[in-house]
Amino acid sequence: MSVFWLILVVLAIGAAGFFVGRSKALSTAGGDSRGLHSMPTYYGSNVFMKSVVPAFAVMSIWLIAQPLVVQNQVSQMIPESEIAEGSNKGLVMAEVRRTAEGLSNAVAAGVMTEDMARSARAEFTDMTQRLRDAGQIVTNRITQTVLSAAQQYRISMARGAMWMSVLTVLVGVAGAFWGYAESNKEFRARNVVEKGVMGILIACASIAILTTVGIILSLVGNTFAFFRLYPAHEFFFLLEWAPSFSGRGGASSLGIIPLLWGTLYISFVALLVAVPIGLFAAIYLSEYASSTVRGIAKPLLEVLAGIPTIVYGLFALLTVGPLLMSVFGPDTVGWMQGQRAVLTAGVAMGIMLIPFVSSLSDDIINAVPQAMRDGSYGLGATKSETIKQVILPAALPGIVGAILLAASRAIGETMIVVLGAGAAARLSLNPFEAMTTVTAKIVSQLTGDSDFASPEALVAFALGMTLFLITLGLNVFALYIVRKYREQYE
Amino acid sequence: MADVSIDTASAPRPKRTSLTEEDARTRKRNAAEKRFQYYGIAAIATGLFFLVTLVWAILSNGLPAFQQAIVEVEYTLTQEDYDKAESALLKTGVYTDHFVAFLHQEMNDRGVELDFDKAAVERLLGKVGGDIRAFYRENENLLGQPVTFELAAASRVDRYLKGTFERDDLQEGNRFFMPGDFDLIDAMADAGLVTQAFNWNFITGVDTGVDNPGGAGIGASVLGSFFMMIVVLLLALPIGVAASIYLEEFAPKNRFTDFIEVNISNLAAVPSIVFGILGLAVFIQFAHLPQSAPLVGGLVLTLMTLPTIIISTRASLKAVPPSIRDAALGVGASKMQAVFHHVLPLAMPGILTGTIIGLAQALGETAPLLLIGMVGFVARYPDTFLEGFVEPNSAMPAQIYNWAARSDAVFTEKAWGGIIILLLFLVTMNIIAIILRRRFERRW
Repeated sequence: MSVFWLILVVLAIGAAGFFVGRSKALSTAGGDSRGLHSMPTYYGSNVFMKSVVPAFAVMSIWLIAQPLVVQNQVSQMIPESEIAEGSNKGLVMAEVRRTAEGLSNAVAAGVMTEDMARSARAEFTDMTQRLRDAGQIVTNRITQTVLSAAQQYRISMARGAMWMSVLTVLVGVAGAFWGYAESNKEFRARNVVEKGVMGILIACASIAILTTVGIILSLVGNTFAFFRLYPAHEFFFLLEWAPSFSGRGGASSLGIIPLLWGTLYISFVALLVAVPIGLFAAIYLSEYASSTVRGIAKPLLEVLAGIPTIVYGLFALLTVGPLLMSVFGPDTVGWMQGQRAVLTAGVAMGIMLIPFVSSLSDDIINAVPQAMRDGSYGLGATKSETIKQVILPAALPGIVGAILLAASRAIGETMIVVLGAGAAARLSLNPFEAMTTVTAKIVSQLTGDSDFASPEALVAFALGMTLFLITLGLNVFALYIVRKYREQYE
Repeated sequence: MADVSIDTASAPRPKRTSLTEEDARTRKRNAAEKRFQYYGIAAIATGLFFLVTLVWAILSNGLPAFQQAIVEVEYTLTQEDYDKAESALLKTGVYTDHFVAFLHQEMNDRGVELDFDKAAVERLLGKVGGDIRAFYRENENLLGQPVTFELAAASRVDRYLKGTFERDDLQEGNRFFMPGDFDLIDAMADAGLVTQAFNWNFITGVDTGVDNPGGAGIGASVLGSFFMMIVVLLLALPIGVAASIYLEEFAPKNRFTDFIEVNISNLAAVPSIVFGILGLAVFIQFAHLPQSAPLVGGLVLTLMTLPTIIISTRASLKAVPPSIRDAALGVGASKMQAVFHHVLPLAMPGILTGTIIGLAQALGETAPLLLIGMVGFVARYPDTFLEGFVEPNSAMPAQIYNWAARSDAVFTEKAWGGIIILLLFLVTMNIIAIILRRRFERRW
């Protein structure tokens, strides 16, 4: 029984319980709902909750735990001697899983009987060929160990799935009976149901914490795995980024400094574009513009923020790049060799950040009390003098916070640099040269690779960790500044 | 108030002129004022200029993807020719020969003289013979009558007619296109046989391999995006609303709720690629969910949009005045009933608006999808509704990235065209959000 059907069955049990519980409670009160402690629906909801929530809890725990238990059990079937040179247990297990899946698919397609999938032996039947014939992807020759491990894996998984269904349905039915037994007119159904709903609300709110924990765990775990394979001091201090491609051998140089340099350089160029434009736009919109101009220009500028980053990426690659080439390319001054460059990505990213800077600064400038402006005008200052000498200094912490938030966005931006910045890691000051960034390398190291055992793939997690910490630090700092500034004037 | 005495003797008096006359210093200050204003105007103008450039780049590059060159001919095949072709050994070859001869005749009739061979026709229009044979085997009753055939031209023909592929661009030794083919295209265009038609295949089709850029369509990945959005909507809306209700209406002020709030505001600013890493490590590496599946993409995007939805939902819950709650509590509702029966329905328009905007954000997100593998293969339509969630598929932005990364200029055009479709979806969603807000928003 698939999970989808199991969910439907549990929901059906719960729904049946709802009606049965409701009518039982009503009948104990002699059919008059005024005799009940709570409204009849609450008695039904109580039964529904007691059957569905524990059943789903059992199901989810089982779904998470079963693969771990089965994997552990199966991986003990693989002796150390079976693991080939240059391979590891994880790779062999991946092959076992693939084979098991292949067997299942072959059975489903009807080219292999269930019996055969369960008991065939590699010595007697050419399983590799048979699976290939069935249109399954088989990379290596399947050895007897792998085959029997895969068969064991399939059997255990199938048995586990069956027991999960049985247990889930049992728990659901038991919960329904429990709720049913409680349903009588003295029972305080509303209080119980409301407590349950409260629990669900708290659980939903905690998902934010779970997500953070998930992010940190997945980054930390894999980062440590990376540092076991690759020395940490080289990662942090090596001035070279040159991963060797897996399988070809040879040591990779995985130094983060060239990537960080590219990231910061591109972000700097982006801020150079976005901050003056965004800031002046915000000043004009909040201090000078009539409400009509403001009503038109502000939403139009904010359209720039709603455009997906992939569009900016394409814009960088196919519009900004060729444009810069025609100005700085070999035909004119010859500074720029290719369309992908720091400037290409930086300009596109800057355009993306304009509304970000302008609307944040706009809010902050508007928060400066009117009394300060009036005081300045009263002393005879012109509007621009007031802005330059009173408003901007007062708003400065907030504006710095806004710029830091924009910087954190720029550092974490991926699609624009993947398409516009290039692939070669370089430590150079020339903005016309192609450079690469932390995010671009995370994408290139992890795309299309399902083997997480090599340092070349695991380095992406260390890069992600660095990125996460930098942006988190920037955000916390920026929010702290902005909040402190707000308190000052409230 | 004491009298203020001004020491007039020590300060040299500036030369007094009329107040209505600007002195040099005032002129300077006024000029600075004007300049400053112009900077502001220039900044806004630059921003708007960028917007216009972006829109222009998208439209001018992307619109051609929706059009396709078609060769339209009125072709007649007699029963006799049909029998002859069917009895031949190379059946489609005979059909092609017949068609080429017919094309010669047709163009001569229209006053265009050009010598061309069968191979040139096949290079430009694909396997014509196969198409014709397939048509007549289906519709034998139309034999002997004139039938209008619309033959899709190869992508290079398309680009030549659109002016993005010039004679000079052709490289030596290209097997798929010969220099003489340009003359044939011109001749057919002169004869009035070439028309432009709307390229439905781009909207409904699936991605193709690198060898057939003209046939690539975005349909399957639109469906992939659709399934992801279903997952996001089904998970993010209830979870986000529940979390916001707890935080806004029930949560006591303590360390735990503070911690949740800090987490939410930080998650809102975590780079999207980090969510991709999370999805890869948790959903694929740990939970062994199928790679490249819209289900996994939807889960990742759910986690990403949750903070957005929670923040906007809390704002709309906060906007419901306390008097509503007090009135409900006053007539004997429990706190939970007050919230669910009275506050939540009143906040619903705001919540839906926020959810749609969150969905629109999720729809355009690319980076996390690259990490969970929704890129780099030819997507296809799922067979059943449920399979749509777990079968490998692509999504619109991932498909656009995929096309942009290929070097062929036809794919570039498709990428821009894909962006137009993506933006159409986003604009529609935002318009719905605005209408919802305008129509149902209540000011208290």
